[in-house]
Amino acid sequence: MGIINAVKLIYDYVTKDERGDVENVTSAIRGVDLDIQAGQFIAILGHNGSGKSTLAKQMNALLVPTGGTLTVKGMDTSDEKNVWNIRQTAGMVFQNPDNQIIGTIVEEDVGFGPENLGVPTKEIWDRVYDSLKRVGMMEYCDHSPNKLSGGQKQRVAIAGTMAMKPECIVLDEPTAMLDPNGRKEVIGTVRELNQKEGVTVILITHYMDEAIQADQVYVMDEGQIVLSGTPREVFSQVGRLKELRLDVPQITELAYELKKEGFPLPDGILTAKELEDALIRCKEQGYHVKAKSGEAKHVDKDRTS
Amino acid sequence: MSIRIEHLNYIYSMDSAFRKQALRDICLDIDDGEFIGLIGHTGSGKSTLIQHLNGLIRATDGKIYYNGEDIYQEGYSMTKLRSHVGLVFQYPEYQLFETTVLKDVCFGPGNLGLDAETCMERAKKALSIVGIKEKDHNKSPFELSGGQRRRAAIAGVLAMEPDVLILDEPTAGLDPRGRNDILDQIADLHSRMGITVILVSHSMEDVANYVDRIIAMNRGSVYMDGTPAEVFERYAELEKIGLAAPQVTYFMHDLQRSFPGMRADVTTVREAKDAILGWFEGGEKR
Amino acid sequence: MIRDITIGQYYPANSIIHRLDPRVKLMATVVFIVSVFLIHDLVGFLIATAALGACIWLSKVPVRYMLKGLKVIFIILIFTVLLNMMFTPGREIFRFYFIRVTWEGVILAGKTTMRLVYLIVGSTIMTLTTTPNHLTDGLEKALSPLKKLRFPVHELSMTMSIALRFIPILLEETDKIMKAQQARCADFESGNLIHRVKNLIPVLVPLFISAIRRANDLAMAMEARCYHGGAGRTKMKPLIYNRRDKIGYAVVIAYLILWIVLICVF
Repeated sequence: MGIINAVKLIYDYVTKDERGDVENVTSAIRGVDLDIQAGQFIAILGHNGSGKSTLAKQMNALLVPTGGTLTVKGMDTSDEKNVWNIRQTAGMVFQNPDNQIIGTIVEEDVGFGPENLGVPTKEIWDRVYDSLKRVGMMEYCDHSPNKLSGGQKQRVAIAGTMAMKPECIVLDEPTAMLDPNGRKEVIGTVRELNQKEGVTVILITHYMDEAIQADQVYVMDEGQIVLSGTPREVFSQVGRLKELRLDVPQITELAYELKKEGFPLPDGILTAKELEDALIRCKEQGYHVKAKSGEAKHVDKDRTS
Repeated sequence: MSIRIEHLNYIYSMDSAFRKQALRDICLDIDDGEFIGLIGHTGSGKSTLIQHLNGLIRATDGKIYYNGEDIYQEGYSMTKLRSHVGLVFQYPEYQLFETTVLKDVCFGPGNLGLDAETCMERAKKALSIVGIKEKDHNKSPFELSGGQRRRAAIAGVLAMEPDVLILDEPTAGLDPRGRNDILDQIADLHSRMGITVILVSHSMEDVANYVDRIIAMNRGSVYMDGTPAEVFERYAELEKIGLAAPQVTYFMHDLQRSFPGMRADVTTVREAKDAILGWFEGGEKR
Repeated sequence: MIRDITIGQYYPANSIIHRLDPRVKLMATVVFIVSVFLIHDLVGFLIATAALGACIWLSKVPVRYMLKGLKVIFIILIFTVLLNMMFTPGREIFRFYFIRVTWEGVILAGKTTMRLVYLIVGSTIMTLTTTPNHLTDGLEKALSPLKKLRFPVHELSMTMSIALRFIPILLEETDKIMKAQQARCADFESGNLIHRVKNLIPVLVPLFISAIRRANDLAMAMEARCYHGGAGRTKMKPLIYNRRDKIGYAVVIAYLILWIVLICVF
């Protein structure tokens, strides 16, 4: 059993009226099975409202299942006495960079977690400096978070969870509010933590390009996992992804479009290099397109891709 | 009907130690019916520039003409300007305040001094443009989904029936579905109603897919101005100012190594596909 | 204007004042404020000025930065100066209709202004050199005897430090919302008072909602980082007095004694 294991996980949001009677039940998660091995880089994709954020909060025991079970390193999240151990094992980073920084100075914020855990003072400092170095924010340790860029704030938030020495970090759309440079910064940092420190990473996102380098990708829709596998397996199903109205990386989409035109290309092309090599093979095999009048003369803008 | 910007400068905190020049000598002409993408990394002056266009910030010096009229001349009505040049801020759903969606959308037209009936009419029209159904009109804004709330907020500006619509990252934080919905509606507004659109965006892919002209800013100045193909062709220069071209543009340039004669002035997947098909049609002759 | 508020903002620097225990700084600030109200002659004024000047110099915070905090109270200052000058009886300097400006008035205006300025600058030194967390830690510790009376000292200081962290964010947000409503032709400048307050609803409602949303998010983020109240918590920056702080206390006490002597003698 992996570090995070879900069996037939169900979660219903229940709204009650003034008298306490159940007014409405919304199922956010409907029977999810998941087994995440330690040290992996996992991406969970899906639309807003697909249940992916709810799933993330389950992994941190911020929400507990209404049906089925979820265990973190063997600890059942429904058992109240496990809560603090679970939160220490599976750290969490949220979407809005401003709303998760508690300290008024970077170093004080990173120290907040260890303070709560009752770590001795000297060790707190060691952990704070160590975590800040790992995310490359050491030079900002005495700065105010308000003056930092979005990407820097998120790296501070990551350092804040790292200081609790988690074995696993769950990131709930950490890049949704960032500009492209901030996104690169954050994803780079997370990947490095995964590769160098062996931290299990669960990245929840709706940017497909962030999922390409994951070990395993899960796609969620309406509270269920609808696609899963390696990025190559998942992204080779361009048609299905489009049905779900999710994005596909441009290279993958281009390969898909060319394949539809009859090009003999393999499934699941993810990188520019792969597509280039595949096209070179087409050239060497002497593949050529019969001129179809009008068909290849799109000059108008592509509005729907 | 156009906007003309002449030698615009803006300096923050003029008289203090925190003095910072946010805009430097900007000269631009924006014609009627254009669809413009305004790009630049965070802090390059995009947001400051667009706030000048509807008079929320007053330039330190330089002139802005709207339809030939100097907006800084005495007696020029800012209310009138703001009704013609609509500005949608980032995360506009955070400005919703009324008890129902419809009432909130009426806020703008109401401020223009229109009677309640006209306001209602315009609000309903604006909501239908952004695809919010009649049954949701009397809901509280907080009962809507994130993407719907964003669209309701955009309707709040549309209800003033502007001739120019400026949107500051209208898709920030939305999922692909919400993003495409909004961009398609904006493109539709532009093509059907002839509204001039200025789209501030961080996504080069979106800009390439939708706009006709790109203005790239760097350190408060206009760094590039041209069609997507022209601007993204200079990707090496864009990278110097913290920007990039769409992934396909890079890819097509790389392809030229093994495919001599391949067209590389490509910015969208559709164009890339056509270029490759084109090459393979005549492939053997090469 | 909004950006000019320096009260409650921290200026990072490496100085003796920065490193002092917040409890010392709290006490020093209280003593200084008391002394400012005791000033009644030039000697007292010089002593207070010397003390303030020394602290500013030791704090390594640019004077300009400190004076920025005064901008906010500028209007209050002008108001007190005018009121004092005009309505204090005494030797007349000149008269303009019913307005009489007197020597006594001018002197009183000078004193009041100076007191206000010293008061603001004095407390600004404390907030500029002490991180809000450190400051609330100091308060928590200083007030800790109240814990025995079941007074929620830890909760109070945590609330304060979070409030301080979010003040700049909410100010910026106010600015943004106001602009967004202005883009919808909202008018915040004309009309009578009632009208103006009513016009602020489109700003206040979103601001309030946003504050609640942020509070919600923050509570969740704190829980995720194992926050469960003050029990069992260790401190990253525990407050322990060292030699520096003892010297600090000595200086503060010496200053206090100087004032007592001054009052008794003169």
